[in-house]
Amino acid sequence: METNQETIFQDKVDHEIKIEPKDWMPEKYRQTLIRQISQHAHSEIVGMLPEGNWITRAPSLRRKAILIAKVQDEAGHGLYLYSAAETLGISRDEMYDQLHTGKAKYSSIFNYPTLTWADIGAIGWLVDGAAILNQIPLCRTSFGPYARAMVRVCKEESFHQRQGFELLLTLSQGTDAQKQMCQDAINRWWWPSIMMFGPNDDASPHTAQSMKWKIKRFTNDELRQKFIDMIAEQVKVLNMRLPDADLKWNEERKHYDFGKINWEEFWQVVGGNGPCNKQRLDARKKAWADGAWVREAATAYAEKKASLNPSKGGTSETV
Amino acid sequence: MNVSNIKNSQVSPSEGFREAFTLHLADNALIMGHRNSEWCGHGPILEQDIAISNIALDLIGQSRNFYQYAAQLFNQSTNQPINLATEDSLAYLRDVRDFKNCLLVEQPNADWAQSILKQFFFSTYQYYLYQQLQNNKDEQLKAIAAKALKEVTYHVRWSSEWVIRLGDGTEESKKRSLKALDELWMFTGELFEPAFYETTMNIDFVLLKEGWTKKIRSVFEEATIDIPVENKWHQTGGKIGDHTEHLGFILAEMQFLQRAYPNSEW
Repeated sequence: METNQETIFQDKVDHEIKIEPKDWMPEKYRQTLIRQISQHAHSEIVGMLPEGNWITRAPSLRRKAILIAKVQDEAGHGLYLYSAAETLGISRDEMYDQLHTGKAKYSSIFNYPTLTWADIGAIGWLVDGAAILNQIPLCRTSFGPYARAMVRVCKEESFHQRQGFELLLTLSQGTDAQKQMCQDAINRWWWPSIMMFGPNDDASPHTAQSMKWKIKRFTNDELRQKFIDMIAEQVKVLNMRLPDADLKWNEERKHYDFGKINWEEFWQVVGGNGPCNKQRLDARKKAWADGAWVREAATAYAEKKASLNPSKGGTSETV
Repeated sequence: MNVSNIKNSQVSPSEGFREAFTLHLADNALIMGHRNSEWCGHGPILEQDIAISNIALDLIGQSRNFYQYAAQLFNQSTNQPINLATEDSLAYLRDVRDFKNCLLVEQPNADWAQSILKQFFFSTYQYYLYQQLQNNKDEQLKAIAAKALKEVTYHVRWSSEWVIRLGDGTEESKKRSLKALDELWMFTGELFEPAFYETTMNIDFVLLKEGWTKKIRSVFEEATIDIPVENKWHQTGGKIGDHTEHLGFILAEMQFLQRAYPNSEW
């Protein structure tokens, strides 16, 4: 009986017992999670592009190695997350297809261009910083495979944020040109970063249900405020400023007040009209299309081997 | 011939050879790693995107070890401790004619077949070279080679498996493998032609070529690819700074920030 199962399900969630792939779950819970986890996975994969843009131009061998490692971590996060979503009954190919056809979204922040080296620092500090605040509560999310994937993701993300801050710190103590580059990157990434928490709570209709299912633990506005409070202090260490004339400590609220967010821009970028929406999606589609013959060859070879030697099941390597 | 025109005019010939040889090893690893890193985010399969980026990281790590050692050699042999050489000054402030990498590594990635074959030729060469180097009299080169050999062993395995898969996969993948072979074979001969600075480094190039050829032969056989005839013309010159036109573009991209904002810390 569905109602009974629903009661048992909600009871587990209320008691912080993880929901596992084989457990009964409401269809809408499954669909919401597929949407959220695949969107998260796509964000990791598309997110490789703006940073990958600077790998071949990184200014020192140390920075080059760090950046490759970081972008590679993101590929790894994508991998765990696709696997977590697959436990809900969707294949990785289906998810790719949803990304390529525009049916699935990814984080809009990656539709902004990386114009200078300082942008790599700003992405680490601000974008990964915002992502971490969103993700830490997900380590306790009600769906087991997602929660476990997030524990690993968060460990690496906090390293990413530190490297971003350290990169900017180096620039902020450098030549005038480097300081300028640093401030310019902060100016361009600040507003898109605080939009990463999503629309205001009163414009976020799914929040209540997601909170009840413990897919979400804090509201968009709560997390955004936490982020702003954190960054407003850290920016002082860099001797830089955030591009918001209304940013001011409010003694009564014990929080920073901040200026009006340009939601028109947010919805435009979500809707596909950001500066790099087309390039990002084109790059992913191209990689997938160009790789088709490689995947076909790997499959053909594996099948050939399996038919020649069925007991060994073909090549030992998983492609 | 000018062994090295980087801030040292007073080195003895043998020191000069050692420095040049160390730079050659560093440049090979860096340019190959740089080419691999161009794949990051664009690979045909997510797992393989991670694998090739990982190889890029290994190679850049190796190049750093070699550059750091080369810098140390340069700095020891100069009487003027201004403009001290560093791993970054060597990687970012030399021009095309000073780079000593083999022509093979600077060739474009083109498609997955060409990137894989390039990796396989190069890693197999590195494998047999480092095997010899780990017994070299130079303690530092010996240590770097011994450490890197573990990584290179994996690179050889990974790239061999792919050469086999593509060679014996589909008609399309076979066609691409053969095209890649046609593009790259002419750059393999250089690997076994010692440059002047290699002649005093105790490397047995005959043995090196033997090991390499045997491995290529056995993997090609499994991949159902015919090995090209032995005495075909080979392109050479990279080891002494006579490069293909590709290297200039690699350096223009790689060195951009160091050149545009000189004397900055990054």
